[in-house]
Amino acid sequence: MRHYEVNFIVDPVLSGDEVKSTAEIIRKDLEGYGATIVAVDEMGLRQLAYQINRRSSGVYFCIEFGCEVADWLGKFELSLKRNERLLRFLTVKLDKYGIKYNDDKRNGLIGSKKRREAEAAAAAAAEANEDVSAPEVVDLDA
Amino acid sequence: MAATREDVKFLSNPKIGLRRKKYCRFRKFGIKYIDYKDADFLLQFINEQGKLLPRRITGNSLKYQRRVATAVKRARVLGMLPFVADLMK
Repeated sequence: MRHYEVNFIVDPVLSGDEVKSTAEIIRKDLEGYGATIVAVDEMGLRQLAYQINRRSSGVYFCIEFGCEVADWLGKFELSLKRNERLLRFLTVKLDKYGIKYNDDKRNGLIGSKKRREAEAAAAAAAEANEDVSAPEVVDLDA
Repeated sequence: MAATREDVKFLSNPKIGLRRKKYCRFRKFGIKYIDYKDADFLLQFINEQGKLLPRRITGNSLKYQRRVATAVKRARVLGMLPFVADLMK
């Protein structure tokens, strides 16, 4: 089975739901072609290094998938090209080291220990913040 | 009393001018895959203008220099690294 990775940048002007649905549609598209989805990674809103279609930021997504026959990839890429919600996309074939790297990355084995801990702390802090803000919303409703 | 080497005060750092042997970090640390999405890592292989550094400076082996080059080019397409820049470091 061959593994591929498709990266795409969604227009940041769209609302959060629209961004999510765009990614969801692409994921379903892949499944429709008979690919098995390995992972969907949302990298979030990031600053672009240069302007693309007059946007200076974009929402990054990366979908890793595997398939036996990939003769539909051209058709799939054409549909991405015609998708006006995307700023850019890139499909990459993964070698065996790439597959292993992505696996390790998902299990948190990649990167220095310090950096991983810092990221985990940041994520925990973000969650704590959400917990704080949640009751406020309830108060407003009441 | 004979002066040992520790007693001698050098006017300048004697290690200046000694060249350390360059090595390929991918071979040395067993890195098999270069992630094109890790822009911070790839920053080590480009100069201030966003150009690729030559092998004679980074010390990469040919095989991994080629892979670094493709990774940087992919990162550029995805807007993670600039094609051209000024004073990016």
